[in-house]
Amino acid sequence: MTAMNERGTPLVEMRDISIAFGGIKAVDHVSVDLYPGEVVGLLGHNGAGKSTLIKCLSGAYHQDAGEIFINGQKATINNPRDARAYNIETIYQTLALADNLDASSNLFLGRELVTPMGFVDDAHMEAETRKIMHRLNPNFRKFKDPVSALSGGQRQSVAIARAVYFNARILIMDEPTAALGPHETQMVADLIHELKRQGLGIFLIDHDIHAVMELCDRASVMKNGQLVGTVNVKDVTEDDLLGMIILGKHPEKAA
Amino acid sequence: MTASADVAGAPRKKSFIETLELDTRMLGMVVAFIVLTVGFHLVTHGLFLTPRNIFNLTIQTVSIGIMATGMVFVIVMRDIDLSVGSLLCLCSAVMGLLQVRLLPDIGIPLGSPLIAPLAIVSGLAVGAIIGALNGWLVGYLAVPSFIVTLGGLLVWRNVAWYITSGQTLGPLDDNFQLFGGINGTLGAPASWAFGILACAGALYALWHGRRAKIRHEFPVKPVWAEVVIAAVIVVAILGFVWILNSYQIPPAVLRRHFAAIGKPMPQGYADVYGLPISVFLLIAVAIAMTLVALKTRFGRYVFATGGNPDAAELSGINTKLLTVKVFALMGALAALSAVVASARQTYHTNDIGTLDELRTIAAAVIGGTALAGGVGTIYGAILGALIMQALNSGMAMVGVDSPFQNIVVGSVLVLAVFVDIVYRKRTGALK
Repeated sequence: MTAMNERGTPLVEMRDISIAFGGIKAVDHVSVDLYPGEVVGLLGHNGAGKSTLIKCLSGAYHQDAGEIFINGQKATINNPRDARAYNIETIYQTLALADNLDASSNLFLGRELVTPMGFVDDAHMEAETRKIMHRLNPNFRKFKDPVSALSGGQRQSVAIARAVYFNARILIMDEPTAALGPHETQMVADLIHELKRQGLGIFLIDHDIHAVMELCDRASVMKNGQLVGTVNVKDVTEDDLLGMIILGKHPEKAA
Repeated sequence: MTASADVAGAPRKKSFIETLELDTRMLGMVVAFIVLTVGFHLVTHGLFLTPRNIFNLTIQTVSIGIMATGMVFVIVMRDIDLSVGSLLCLCSAVMGLLQVRLLPDIGIPLGSPLIAPLAIVSGLAVGAIIGALNGWLVGYLAVPSFIVTLGGLLVWRNVAWYITSGQTLGPLDDNFQLFGGINGTLGAPASWAFGILACAGALYALWHGRRAKIRHEFPVKPVWAEVVIAAVIVVAILGFVWILNSYQIPPAVLRRHFAAIGKPMPQGYADVYGLPISVFLLIAVAIAMTLVALKTRFGRYVFATGGNPDAAELSGINTKLLTVKVFALMGALAALSAVVASARQTYHTNDIGTLDELRTIAAAVIGGTALAGGVGTIYGAILGALIMQALNSGMAMVGVDSPFQNIVVGSVLVLAVFVDIVYRKRTGALK
């Protein structure tokens, strides 16, 4: 672990986080951290508490105990607006798009561009959307349609565009490829590499061990609300990770 | 990515309606409305589409039309407001009490020009505050809006009954009565001026929209399509003004008017009603609410929340506060309707606005507002209100028995929603 500390201040440090729902400890004294230009995978079974943990960072939940530090400063995150103020952007498993609105309305939702008169500037927002989508997904054409008319990949690219457009420093991706075909999954993988090069820190929640091995630098594994351990992905095998997920067995201890 | 479909579909020739970029659903409603009115016109042997009846029809639509614009927001947010009819009654009672008792009691004499504005501002405040209370119960305390407003349906009309002791309050202030319809019209010159200004505004909006698209290099409609739409709008506005300006004030009414101001009526004097102030009010509300829906953050958040409440919340929208605002707006609009409704009958009664909540919801729903949330338009709701009023008044004119009138209106409501579902399935808007 000393190797980590030589990298300076972590971008995000979640210390000793606990949250309970009606007596059930969904997250039990868990600590994770994230450095700039790093992808940290969060692994675990359904209900292991990884989504709950990360929602404390994105502002959807508020932890019962524990502290969050952003760039070494103690951060107070009570709602999604606070998280956005820390340049934390989240791409949710459920995509969090308003199906009845078009791509640009979704991209700018909560942060609309307005004219000097204070009215929303649809033309300007659409122009910006066209620019960023041209970068992320050049085949995207359906700017006028509600996002309910888009394919899974197109919807995902709208969700990702939202995070990228607003200069996220910290990106949370909750199973970003769950609903996608192989080609679209590759697009998301390329994008993660690109964002990493730009110095973003990314928390990636995924069930797919292959994807985690390929994309992540470190992996934190959770089981029953507790942290099993955090490992350098280079130092472990897929079987080691599976052992952590299924048996809650730390490879060093096992060895 | 998967965009092959739109690339392949590009060179297809567009139909006339597609080129005009019209909302086909609205077009269908307009056609249904025209068929309905022309049908009544034929059945009544030319009595329905007369200036006098059109004048009355528009006046009768105002109260429901104003509330329906607010109900669109409420339903788009996946909520419902069953209390608007009762709230209308309470606001009317408050304004009536102020006009005939409370304000004169504190030394503002009956007939003072202060009475109407003070009463109206108080009424709007009462409506907005009670609306906000509904919204707070729904948004912050998470009581379902159906229950909150079902309670309100019982509560507010009886509060009105209590504070008025069930008495009829009237006659209302003369200035106040200007908002009722026939007692307050603009006359021909001002009506024409309104029509010309409205045309200018509509043309500016079309031009402005086109310019914004060109500035960002988006595709625009061919110029001829813009001209066709502009022409239809201008003809519709000026035609409407022309019809209202053709409604002559009956000589008996004019004689009474001249007798009241103590002057002899000149020989052969004639005058017309023109645009009623209440209808002007509805048009102003409709334009304002359309702007709010389409061009403000507030409106955008209402539709986003209706489409996906979780997404809205995660996007940093305070959906609880938004609920309070939407219900407060609905309450204020119910108060505005109370002004129009009580001014129209020139006194407050305790049964004013009875069943208006259902008419308002029906107008919004016939106008294409989906109870599932996220979908609805202001112009649709007003068209819905017009269609219902045309049905009611047409059937009364034809001599359909009262029970059958309600049977027909109820059936039309269900049929309209069914047709809408079929339409949305066909066009792929509904899965």
